Amino acid sequence: MAAKKGAVKKAAVKKSAVKRGASRGVSAQKASASPVLAGVKVDSMRRAQMLMYSLGRLTAQPFTTALIIAVVGVALALPVAFSVLLANLDEAGARSDGRVQASLFLEERISDERATTLAVQLEKKPEVLAARALSREQSLTEFRELSDFDAALALLDENPLPATIILSLNDQIQSPTALAGFVHELQRLPEVEVAQLDELWLQRLFAIVSLLKRAALLIAIMLGVAVTIVVGTTIGLEIQNRRDEIAVTKLVGGTDAFIRRPFLYSGLWYGLGGGLLAIVLVFIALFALGGPVNQLASLYGSDYRLGGLSLLQFLGTLLAGAGLGMLGSWLAVSRQLKDIQPD
Amino acid sequence: MIEFQQVRKRYANGHEALANINFTVERGEMAFVTGRSGAGKSTMLKLLALIERPSDGEIIVNGHQLNKITPRQIPSYRRGVGVIFQDHKLLNDRTVFDNVALPLVIAGAPHREINRRVQAALSKVDLLSKLRQNPGSLSTGEQQRVGIARAVVNKPPLILADEPTGNLDPELSLEVMRLFANFNHIGATVLIVSHDQLLVEQLGQRRLMLHEGRLKNAPMVRTTGGLPPGVAPAMPSVNPRSAGRNPGAKR
Repeated sequence: MAAKKGAVKKAAVKKSAVKRGASRGVSAQKASASPVLAGVKVDSMRRAQMLMYSLGRLTAQPFTTALIIAVVGVALALPVAFSVLLANLDEAGARSDGRVQASLFLEERISDERATTLAVQLEKKPEVLAARALSREQSLTEFRELSDFDAALALLDENPLPATIILSLNDQIQSPTALAGFVHELQRLPEVEVAQLDELWLQRLFAIVSLLKRAALLIAIMLGVAVTIVVGTTIGLEIQNRRDEIAVTKLVGGTDAFIRRPFLYSGLWYGLGGGLLAIVLVFIALFALGGPVNQLASLYGSDYRLGGLSLLQFLGTLLAGAGLGMLGSWLAVSRQLKDIQPD
Repeated sequence: MIEFQQVRKRYANGHEALANINFTVERGEMAFVTGRSGAGKSTMLKLLALIERPSDGEIIVNGHQLNKITPRQIPSYRRGVGVIFQDHKLLNDRTVFDNVALPLVIAGAPHREINRRVQAALSKVDLLSKLRQNPGSLSTGEQQRVGIARAVVNKPPLILADEPTGNLDPELSLEVMRLFANFNHIGATVLIVSHDQLLVEQLGQRRLMLHEGRLKNAPMVRTTGGLPPGVAPAMPSVNPRSAGRNPGAKR
């Protein structure tokens, strides 16, 4: 029995030794892979240190840094504000279906039945998508709902409103000339007293928004160039101030990439700082304008509220700032690094 | 290790700094380049540090043909050469530690390794206590030693020094030369440019004498001096290969 126990113990020890060996094998495998991992880790740490070092250099000159960030921030704030404004105008437009309507106010002598018949006839025209006849009574009800003239209307002996036909027009004739021609044609109908285009303002709004979008893009490009130049010039001056340091670094074997890195990171910080400032400025502007816009909207019976920065706009602003900052410094460093050689 | 073959350097203004230079410095050798101001000593060092390129001829260092090295390959070459400058070329807005650590940071050495090697290098030049000071607060001799520590911190096989004792008193000069002899003793090839003929003669190492851009015709023998007390002799002091090729070099 004792011998059997001893044999079991020996087997257990052997198994444990095999396990230890296997574990050593794994360690050895890990060790063989670790130089690469260690290299990556060291490189990442070095980059992180360089990132923090460049931030430290910027904070060591708080006034200059704040000035550059302010310039970048204001330059970025304008296109971001434009972008938010356009998003709000789009939102306002989207609240309407965007289709142009025409209202035909019929002669007083025209009966509700004739109005209905005329609506059916007009609906057959290619320019008309839908036609809806409103009796004199329906017109009055709708007018009461949409206006504050309820008390005034109550004083009248009879309904002053004529029967009306509301036409939804086809998308294909939404050019201003075609619309004017078609309305003129409707005006000549004997039953029609007044033909009037509705929601033309919306068409104009869309045209203005489209124009503003183009303008915003141009402004964004111009200000983007300005940000790149501002950051590039700043980094260029910094490079000039650190000529000796660059020359020494080259002498002891520093590559262009190694020398370029802290300057790129400085550009990144300027851009990110400017982007953040732009976001703050836009938020302040939205806060300042929010109240009056809401008041204006409520005067038109709308519950419209001024929209803020979307997540995409938020991230886009930061990314654009960082990208432009790095681009500016890249251009400055690439241009000047070749000229700085040890002597 | 270092081989100059028919090397000529003519500047854009027509001045010929070096003409028809031929010599070899073997691996592990310590040699001096001497001569008066304007003899071409610094130009020779600049060629070796790839600060300048030769107008003609070929320079071979550690198997690299310097004429064929592309701009992209220069940093890698320079990482294998420790250069000490007469004007130190230290970064005065950084600490002594940061200055000495620079070659290791460039090489991407881990933090712990940098700490260890910087402390070892500063210990060798007896400046460990000045680790956190800026070079501006150090004496000229101490700054020179910081420059030496930076040059040797990543253990380059070749050390070049341009007038390393130019600003030092005789006692400090000997101390600095002692350091170079020690680095040479542990295997580094050392080439020192110096106009201080007396000091060089005292050390008894091989001399390459430059005069108006040419290696002066001189006997191929070692100078008669000896190393300062407590310093081991340099590795090979006479090189038959180089002797055969360098009729102009002094030994």
